[in-house]
Formats: sequence, structure tokens, C-alpha cells
Amino acid sequence: MSILVNKDTRLICQGITGKAGEFHSKNCLEYGTNLVGGVTPGKGGEVVLGKPVFDTVAEAVEQTGADATMIFVPAPFTADAILEAIDAGIKTIVAITEGVPVLDMVRVYEIVRRSDSVLIGPNCPGVITSNECKIGIMPGYIHKAGKVGVMSRSGTLTYEAVWQTSSMGLGQTTCVGLGGDPIVGTSFIDLFKLYEADPATEAILMIGEIGGTAEEEAAAFVKEHVTKPVAAFIAGRTAPPGKRMGHAGAIISGGKGTAAEKVAALEDAGIAVAQSPGDMGEAVARAIKSKGG
Amino acid sequence: MKIHEYQAKQVLRSAGVAVLDGHVATTPDEAAKAYETLGGKIAVVKAQIHAGGRGKGTTKENPAQHGVQLVKSADEARKVAEGLLGKTLVTIQTGPEGKTVNKVFVEAGCNIARELYLGIVLDRAAAMPVLMVSTEGGVEIEKVAEETPERIFKEHFDPHFGLQSYQVRKLCAKLGIKGKSVRSADKFMRALCDVYVKYDCSMAEINPLVVTAEGELVALDAKMSFDSNALFRHKDIVEFRDLTEEEPLEVRAAEAGLSYIKLEGNIGCLVNGAGLAMSTMDIIKLNGGQPANFLDVGGGANAAQVTEAFRIILSDPHVKAVLVNIFGGIMRCTTIAEALVQAYKTVGFNVPLVVRLEGTEVEEGKKIIAESDVDIITADDINDAARKVVATLA
Repeated sequence: MSILVNKDTRLICQGITGKAGEFHSKNCLEYGTNLVGGVTPGKGGEVVLGKPVFDTVAEAVEQTGADATMIFVPAPFTADAILEAIDAGIKTIVAITEGVPVLDMVRVYEIVRRSDSVLIGPNCPGVITSNECKIGIMPGYIHKAGKVGVMSRSGTLTYEAVWQTSSMGLGQTTCVGLGGDPIVGTSFIDLFKLYEADPATEAILMIGEIGGTAEEEAAAFVKEHVTKPVAAFIAGRTAPPGKRMGHAGAIISGGKGTAAEKVAALEDAGIAVAQSPGDMGEAVARAIKSKGG
Repeated sequence: MKIHEYQAKQVLRSAGVAVLDGHVATTPDEAAKAYETLGGKIAVVKAQIHAGGRGKGTTKENPAQHGVQLVKSADEARKVAEGLLGKTLVTIQTGPEGKTVNKVFVEAGCNIARELYLGIVLDRAAAMPVLMVSTEGGVEIEKVAEETPERIFKEHFDPHFGLQSYQVRKLCAKLGIKGKSVRSADKFMRALCDVYVKYDCSMAEINPLVVTAEGELVALDAKMSFDSNALFRHKDIVEFRDLTEEEPLEVRAAEAGLSYIKLEGNIGCLVNGAGLAMSTMDIIKLNGGQPANFLDVGGGANAAQVTEAFRIILSDPHVKAVLVNIFGGIMRCTTIAEALVQAYKTVGFNVPLVVRLEGTEVEEGKKIIAESDVDIITADDINDAARKVVATLA
């Protein structure tokens, strides 16, 4: 079991004829993902990686039965690509693209929340269910099938956490990169609900960072609704205020969104917080132990 | 991206948001002339820097010279401009090093009846922009939020529809704005919300927002910043960019497609990915060291970019050691290793270098370094790397 994606997921790539789109589609195929086609407006009829390319997502869904999409289109066109995927009834939309204007996401967010689609990202590494389905840019080989659900606002820091949990023999069910932007389609809380309901996930690791209040909201939710062991790490304890730390969303503004506030909220909810990024795996083990696992 | 007050007021004026008449000046004579053009009554000379707190701030050169000063003659305007232009203004927001004043804004005065606060930001939790107003004008909003949060009133608005008139009326009732001023508030607030959406602002702040003796709302100060991801559709705003306000190394890094932020410490960091880069700074601190910078080379950096990253880090004279922490995903360890060898040859390292490589093509990457004559300290994992780099300074 897993959340969001599995071996039956039928994936298309929006932007498959671009350099990044094709490169990562190839890697996903090699991992074993069931990639069934791609979409690039104006390039319908072409074949990439042995898969058919369509002009519209609607055609791709009709002809391939796709239920997931990986979006690699340039930032100015990402909102349009997401809306097209929702309109075509795609269930899981993973937007990898970085640099989407935040007001575009304000507009898209409303529509996603009213739809039956789930949007992961934008500005994220993607989603992977170990040994079954990889949608995104993460290195597949570090993932080992196991029992930890990992979710994060960051990319490489997630790889670090995956590496640590793999090395410790814990392994992962599904890893989700939520994205580093101020507004993303899916929140920590949305995923806590899915992980809590997934029988294969025995523990949950949440990797947050400075900026916004998503971690505080998640902590309050965990306190009330999550029974499984939860560990967490917050990046950016040393980040200066008012500076955007790479991610558009990683900024302490008006004295709000500091790591200290977030860590306090997480600890208050009984979550095992890793003090160092080198100890994320340890924190998961600690959380499991404290719940009698 | 931030812009100056005088530029923000240009944007506001063209959008129908009420501002006072004013002229920008780069010399004392221009300032004197601007004063006369404004009609020769009361005017205010304001230093143009990308930081707030100018009124209370003073120049390094003269502790009596404030960043914002009232003037009543052309001579006075010239004198104040002289005291500011080319000088270093230190305010609560600039840090002790201050900022050089290259321009002043000479603005007409007005009859102030009340000072209010108004700001628009993105409310991330609600995924919508929010207009905030407060009765406490001229005070830092963070301070109000902490001490008297009941004096801040908020209305969210949909970017499609903008702020609605009933929302303005609600806010006016709370602020005690009455009579014909309500109509002025309606025009002012709705136009400002439209500007926020039209130009993809990330922040628009009017503090203070003034109600004049005549009952009109006017922006006395204006601070605006813009979503850098949306600048591609606002060429006119990009023109306002003032590179002298930005840290030169950060500008250089941005040109090379790197994300770099200068900090106060002495351990340089080169990392791939923003989250890992922040965490690397954190773990250095945990081990008793001080990071000199945040540097994310990104996922798809090539050897030339990574070499430039080394150059930028090493050009900071405070850097006494460098930590390279790479978890290869899209980024291959071989790319980093090749760049490292290249940088060693062309830039030259005069400080200890600790390298931790993991991920895609890690063995090949380690081999490239081992076979070169680059002198490095290798680390097994992120904990080990942090300990070793801090130890080099002991």
C-alpha cells in the first residue's frame, strides 16, 4: 500500500518534448513508472521515448487512460497546464516547474480545491512510491520500500532524509515533495490524512522550513488526529529575517515564520523533532519507539 | 524585488491612488529647484533607500541629520539634500553598516488630521491577498501586531474581483472614517488592491496613510515589492531595479543562476538545493561554527556555474574554510567534482575545503577528486562534514 500513486498509476508528462521533460520521463520509465504518453501543444502525433504525444491533455486521457500527470512546462504556462489537467479529469497532478507567479497559484488554488484532482507542487521534486511509481526528479535508487511516509517542502533535503531512513533499514512507503512556494496545491495536513489512513505507513516524517505557518497548522492537526508516530525537522534555524532563502516561500517576514516558533509548535504536539539535519532518521526511530513500536 | 518610494508613488499615481506632488533629486540644487516647483510652502526631503525607519534614522556622518526632514525654504531643502546625498543612512532596518543615499525625494506637505496604517500582503494560509489596516499609523506594524493586535483589521480579497465596496465600508467603520472620507477611502483602497494584483506585488505598504484636514486619504509613504517570479510580465517594473541597493555578490550570483545570500560568519557553504543549503548552515551552527553564506547551486548547474560559485564564496574575505555538501539528484557528483578540480586550478583555494558527496555518480565523483592534486578533507555524511569543517578553524 501507499498514498497517491502506485504500480497501477498511468502517467503522462506535460512538456515531454522539452529537454527536462524528456530526460525525467526517461528516468521515470526506467524506474518502472507506467508512463503512457505525453502532451505538448502543436506536437501531437510525434513519438517520444516510444510513447505517443498529444496536443491536449483531454486527448491523452481519452486515448491512454492516464490518471496522473507530471508537469514540466515553463513557469509562465504552468497555471494553464494545471487547469488543463484538472479539466481533463486527471486525478494526481504533479507540477515540478519552479518560478510560477504566486498570484497565478492564488487563482489555480481555488479551482483545484473545488475539483476532484490533487495538485502536488509547484516547485517540487515530485512523488515516489518505493519500487512502484516515480513521478518527478528525485534519484530513484536511494528509495527502499519500507514503512515511513516522508513529506517535505524541499528537494535535496528530502533525499537526505530518505537516505538516512533507507540506511537505517526503515525504508519508505510514499515520499512527497510539497514544493517550496508560498502557495502549493497540497498541504502537510492533506497528507497526514492520507498517511494516517494508509495501512503500510507506520511512521511519518515531516520536513518543513522557515516561512509561513504550514508547520504550525500541521502540528495542531497531528495533536488532534494522528495516532501514528511522527517525526519532523525544520530547516533554516540560522536564516536571517527578510531574506528569501532560495525557495520563494522560505522567508521570515514581519518576524513570523521562524524555525524556533515551528519547532516549539511541533514539540508541543508531541512530535519528535530532529535538532540536526543529520539526525532525521534517528528522530523517526525515536518517534516509533516512543509509541511502543 | 524592491523599489524606491518615489518609484512606488509613480506607480500609485498612474493607477489613481492619491499621492502628494513630489520630485526626485540627485543634487542639492535639484532639491532646491524641486522645492520651488512645489510652490514654495512646506515640503519634506526624504532619503531614497530600500529600507524603512528613515525618519528616525540618522547619517553616520552627522547624528543630527535624519533621513526625512521638513523644510520651509529652498535653501533649507538644499542643505538637507546636502546632508543626505552621498552619505550613509543608518536606520533600524539597514543594520549598523547603513545604506548610501543616492537620491532624495522632495515632496509637498499636507494638513494631517489622522495617521493610519495600510498594507497588503499574501496570506499564505488563506491562499489569498489580504488588506490590513490599523489605527496606529506611522508605527511598525509588527509592533502593533504584537502589542495591540485588536487595532489591526483585515479583509481578504479575490484577485479576480478585487476588494469590494462593502469591505471598505466595514474597515471604515472600524477605523472611524466617516462622511465623505468614506468615498475617498473606497477609491484609495480599491485602487491599491487593483495595483497589487495588476503588478504581481508581494507587498504594498502605506505607512502612514493620512487623512487630511480636508477629509481625503493620501499615501504619505509607500513601500512596494514585487514577486520576482512574475517580473517577466512587468518590464516597466524591472526598469525600476536599483542594483546599487543590492549586495554585489548576490547580484553576481543571480547573474550566474545561483542563489546566494551573504551572512556574517566565516565558513563558506556550497550546496545543491535550498532546503539542504539552509540545513547545512544550521548544522554548522550546531557544531559551533558560523556560516558565511547561503548558496544553492540548483539542480541543473553546470561546471562553469559551480566554478563561479567557488569564486563568489572565496571572494568574501571573511571565509576561512569551505564546506561542500552535495546530495546528487539531477545534479551529478561528477559535475561537482570536475568543477571543484577546475576551480582549484583557476581560482586557487587558500582555505581548508571539506567535501561531502552523496547521490548520483558519487563513486565516479570521488574518484575524480582522488586522482587530481586537489587537497581536500573528505567527509562521510552531513554530521561528519560539519564537525570537520568547524574543526579546521579550531
